[in-house]
Amino acid sequence: MCLGVPMQVVKIEGETALCEIDGVTREASLMMVEGIKVGDFVLIHAGFAIEKLDEQDAQQTLCLFREILAQGGGPT
Amino acid sequence: MRYSEEFRDPQVAKALVARIHRLTENFEGAMTLMEVCGTHTMAIYRHGIRALLPQNIRLISGPGCPVCVTPVGYLDRAVALARRPGTIVATFGDMIRVPGSTSSLLREKALGADVRILYSPLDAVALARRNPGKDLVFLGVGFETTAPTVAGSVMQAKKEGLSNYFVLTAHKTMPAPMDLLTADPALQVDGYLCPAHVSAIIGADAYRPIAQERNIPCVITGFEPLDVLQGVEMLARQIAWGRASVEIQYSRIVKPRGNLKAQGLLAEVFEPCDANWRGIGTIPGSGLKLRERYAAFDAARALPVEVEPSVEHRGCRCGEILQGRIRPSDCPLFRTGCTPENPVGACMVSSEGTCAAEYKYGTN
Repeated sequence: MCLGVPMQVVKIEGETALCEIDGVTREASLMMVEGIKVGDFVLIHAGFAIEKLDEQDAQQTLCLFREILAQGGGPT
Repeated sequence: MRYSEEFRDPQVAKALVARIHRLTENFEGAMTLMEVCGTHTMAIYRHGIRALLPQNIRLISGPGCPVCVTPVGYLDRAVALARRPGTIVATFGDMIRVPGSTSSLLREKALGADVRILYSPLDAVALARRNPGKDLVFLGVGFETTAPTVAGSVMQAKKEGLSNYFVLTAHKTMPAPMDLLTADPALQVDGYLCPAHVSAIIGADAYRPIAQERNIPCVITGFEPLDVLQGVEMLARQIAWGRASVEIQYSRIVKPRGNLKAQGLLAEVFEPCDANWRGIGTIPGSGLKLRERYAAFDAARALPVEVEPSVEHRGCRCGEILQGRIRPSDCPLFRTGCTPENPVGACMVSSEGTCAAEYKYGTN
């Protein structure tokens, strides 16, 4: 039930954002988030953006994955 | 960048699995890790995570499926409201097949009741607006991820001056049942994979008492396969090194203090109450009810109906499954008397229930 989908904001009108992923678009309420801009990724749950996706943090996690891969599951 | 595919790379998964094996190879005894989120339950089964882990790591599911922990009496009231003339009952899809004492919403729909499945509580507000001659009841079920969306719908209905929008609430809140299960000596949870999107709202700090006072490591973990494996690796490391702290694996979404605006919405519309968790019992302060100033939107108060006495199904062991005490295959009804086509207990009905997941994907 707590599933959320990361989508990119393509348009904002008042408290509603039009969001897109893989060609699928959907309107989402911005009632629960602040400072969202066109181009941001947000996590959509039950018709609401529930949080902004922190792209810098996502890159850090992916960067760590690349290091883990380079070490082949080596030293912990 | 899509922020989902990148977290499914099988090569990285192999490397993470190798790290987990290394971390645990010299560990004496077993590590029992509990997740308390139905979406984690599904992710673990769907990606076959158990089969990848060393034998001394045991993954168990706790009370993380909101549909599964909703008491029978709530469903009986929803059924009674569906039978009420001039009433539309709207719900998320998971609730419609859950059996009440003698009926379900699906059965009532087949008998002619107006029961709708909606994606968003805001769609329910729109439906109320389009049907001014009817009373619309939305079933407010779910943890802190979902509760603010229902709070938002109530505020929207108030803003629009709608007098035919009502919510029947059975919202529950998270750290309380984890704390309760941690205190149970029969369970011995060694670490928690904390829920991803509940934590986006409540924040990582909510788990500090469990780590600091109960000495149980907590890692807030995302739902993609690499998220789950990294969460397990972080927990295994804490346990192997004898530490207990709160860590955030899912840092792209979850912050220490959570979403303050969503917390504000919750506090505006709801207040904490004691809540009955199916299979567990009443946990003080673990539910949400509408505040007095929103009482006009509360279906339980504004729309009185006669509700049949609640009857739990005999032989069903959902209660023990919800507490991680037994696996679905330990229940005598599993796969024989209880299947997704003819479910007896909520853990088989909900697509996120442990029994439904094990039926669909097998024991791994």
